[in-house]
Amino acid sequence: MRAFDHRSPIVQTAVRAVFHAVLLTSLFFLVRGHNAPGGGFIAGLVAGTAFLLRYLAGEDARPGRPVPGAPRPGLVLGAGLLVAAVTAAAPLLGGGQLLESGYAHPVVPVLGEVPLASALAFDTGVYLVVVGMVLAVLSTLGAQEGTSLAPLAEDDDPGEAV
Amino acid sequence: MLLVLALHAGLAALAGALAPRLGPRAFWVAALAPLSGAVLAAAAAPDVLDGRPWVQDVPWVPGLDLSVALRLDALSLLLLVLVSGVGTVIFAYCAAYAERDGALVRFVTTLTAFAGAMLGLVVADDVVLLYVFWELTTVTSYLLVGLSDEDAAARRAATQALLVTTLGGLAMLVGLIVLAQQAGTTSLSGIVADPPGGGLVTAALLLVLLGAVTKSAQVPFHPWLPAAMAAPTPVSAYLHAAAMVKAGVYLVARLAPGFAELPWWRPLLVTLGVATMVLGGWRALRQHDLKRLLAFSTVSQLGFLVAVASWGTHEAAVAAGVLLLAHGFAKAALFLSVGAVDHAAHTRDLRLLHGLGRRMPVLAVAAAVGALSMGGVPLFLGFIAKEEVYAALLAEEGPLAAAALAGLVLGSVLTLAYALRYVWGAFADRAEPLPPHDPDGTPAGAQRVDPAHVHPPGPGLVAPVVLLSVVSLALGLVPSLLDGLAGAVAAPYEGEGPHLALWHGVTPYLLLSLLTLALGAALALARGSYARALRAVGDRLPRALDADLGYDASVRALEQGADEVTGRTQRGSLPFYLAVVSLCAAVAPGVALLRGADLEAARWADGWPQAAVGLLVVLAALAAARSSARLSAVLFLGATGYGVAILYVLHGGPDLALTQFLVETLSLVIFLLVLRLLPRRFGPTVGRTRLLRGGAALVVGASVTALTLATTSARSRPSVSEEFLARSAPEAGGSNVVNVILVDFRGLDTLGEATVVLVAALGLSSLVLTLRGASRQRGRSDREEVSG
Repeated sequence: MRAFDHRSPIVQTAVRAVFHAVLLTSLFFLVRGHNAPGGGFIAGLVAGTAFLLRYLAGEDARPGRPVPGAPRPGLVLGAGLLVAAVTAAAPLLGGGQLLESGYAHPVVPVLGEVPLASALAFDTGVYLVVVGMVLAVLSTLGAQEGTSLAPLAEDDDPGEAV
Repeated sequence: MLLVLALHAGLAALAGALAPRLGPRAFWVAALAPLSGAVLAAAAAPDVLDGRPWVQDVPWVPGLDLSVALRLDALSLLLLVLVSGVGTVIFAYCAAYAERDGALVRFVTTLTAFAGAMLGLVVADDVVLLYVFWELTTVTSYLLVGLSDEDAAARRAATQALLVTTLGGLAMLVGLIVLAQQAGTTSLSGIVADPPGGGLVTAALLLVLLGAVTKSAQVPFHPWLPAAMAAPTPVSAYLHAAAMVKAGVYLVARLAPGFAELPWWRPLLVTLGVATMVLGGWRALRQHDLKRLLAFSTVSQLGFLVAVASWGTHEAAVAAGVLLLAHGFAKAALFLSVGAVDHAAHTRDLRLLHGLGRRMPVLAVAAAVGALSMGGVPLFLGFIAKEEVYAALLAEEGPLAAAALAGLVLGSVLTLAYALRYVWGAFADRAEPLPPHDPDGTPAGAQRVDPAHVHPPGPGLVAPVVLLSVVSLALGLVPSLLDGLAGAVAAPYEGEGPHLALWHGVTPYLLLSLLTLALGAALALARGSYARALRAVGDRLPRALDADLGYDASVRALEQGADEVTGRTQRGSLPFYLAVVSLCAAVAPGVALLRGADLEAARWADGWPQAAVGLLVVLAALAAARSSARLSAVLFLGATGYGVAILYVLHGGPDLALTQFLVETLSLVIFLLVLRLLPRRFGPTVGRTRLLRGGAALVVGASVTALTLATTSARSRPSVSEEFLARSAPEAGGSNVVNVILVDFRGLDTLGEATVVLVAALGLSSLVLTLRGASRQRGRSDREEVSG
């Protein structure tokens, strides 16, 4: 975004350095969420801030991907809701109730006993929806005509519409 | 019965698919649907006439106590004869009448679907189901009336029919629900068998009757029916003679056993019916278009039917049953013969028709039978029906019966007069030349039809008319065939089974019939001499009495009203929306709080860190409200959010605090994105606006504070969090109870929220993209203007 009319190489480099770390942190929050502070919603917001940083640093986006380094918002949103809905409905196939969850404590080498709940899959859906929401906001409100990162030609192509 | 209904739906789809290949012959396939209904009627008849209705009950929404309850009793059977019996004949006629064009698929499909909906309507026993079928007939008839969708008049007529009957239908739905609530059952037969009472029931019945009255085109809702003549003629024959408009009569007849003894029932419905009958007959006499003449005659006969069906005695029920059949057969035959005439002579204007009787004698005789039956001439079924009506009313005492009788005799006189006018107009030779200057205005340059150029219609158009007329004649000659059916229809009332006969000896009602015949014939013969007078009277009536104008005015008023309401509430001012929403949210629970809340447990603070942070939040909020630059206002707003997050930390809620921090950060940035597009500073606010806004903010704030205090101290049951804490690890395998609640205990809520988030994102995207597209287009046209 060119709200801050110049691009600072220092900021850009710094953001590149922390970007993946923040994304990893968000995954950490997602996985531990069932047993410690965290969860899909928080993790999604953290991942959102990662993209926000990239965006604020003012990198050029590729056509069709208004937020640098991010997939298309519509894709993430759709995938998120799909994952959440499918995991919510999956127990029905096994004769269970909607949203019924199970959990196990498999022993993984190195890590030891890992508590694992099926709710994690559902939470992943929530995570994706939140990330997608942040991306959608950034790409619609951020990329304005004149100051835009997204070339105007792109939304003439109906296939690229968000 | 369910099977027959499913067959209708299936054939509607199938015939529609076949229509492009078979052309109009697809109607032969579709005719299997009403035929199956007729077979159903025949199969059920022995049981039903014996007083054992066929019942079928399939659970639908058990939680709401709704079921697909079907019940085929005598009244349903009688309607079934019309809907499916006459329906089959009309479908056969359609096969010869319809043309292979773009509308054919719609024609076949909607007509078949309509037949199914109508069948469902007469056999539905559950009030909700009844309403569903009722509206299905409305929708399908809308499509049928508007079949020629390139014709503006047809579109208007279709919309009018839809609006008027839906208005009634919605009122009816409310009425039916209240009625079912009061009766404690949704079963129609149950409600009638054990009718509830009270003021609420009266209101409910009035609403239900509004549905019946609009559907059956009673005054003042009648104009939609003549307008609906824009539909193809067989559709008019089916919808506006045999089936749909009878739905209202059916409903009145269905409810009459339970409610006819209410003091207002008879005066209201009989007055409406008689008024409709006389008005319809009057208007029919003035028409030149044969089809419009029949349309007004249908209005008139519907009034007749409502008056008789609502009376609610054994004799009246018998009379209503026979009259229903007589009118269905006769009017269908008449409509179909108009279709044949139109097909042959390419006009329906009775001033232009000439000598058709000689060219098509069979059709002329068959149509005449229909007309005479409707007019109540002896030997035909209509005569029997009329005799029964007179007899039923003569048996009653009181001024209402006498007035009703007088009105119905007048209406019957008009009926015979326009029936004769129809026969004469359609088929007679014209000796006199076309008047050079007709005040009613024949189309300019119109020529009288030359009989030599008329192509007599094929047997496919004539045979159905003949068949219907033969039925009218046969039942008129041997009316005792109907004894069983009419008796069964009247079974809910006390009385002796009918003895329908052509000759009862010299009786008062025979004399009355003869009087009707004589006056009607005289009126028809004297047509020329009173036509001018009729016109003069008609023209002198104030325009305000024209119900069609009333319709136009109400539609206009509705649109204007909607415009104003929208203009006042949706004014595009964000502060206004915000104020309305938050004031509503504050006032509604705030009022409940005024009843007193227990604030004993409330305290100022849980220690100095909390107090300090709270103070900071308050200060930041005040600063946000006072700052004149948008950016600083947003930053102060963010500060309040961070302060609240710190409060969460102090209370030991890491999940909440984390979420709050993240959300605050993100929304701050989003705010910044948006602020780029807005002026740096807020616009100047006038003193009064400032006061208003401040007041609103104080009210909302006070209400929310009080609500928070009250809800936290007003706990009457143990907190649900204890239970969640206990169940979290063993049941969901997670020790972070907040997350377990989100993904497990309240997982469905979360799923719904995720959907909301997605929808919001989509809405945001499309809104911004649309605006951007519009502004780009505007920019382009500006550039063009500049360069041009």
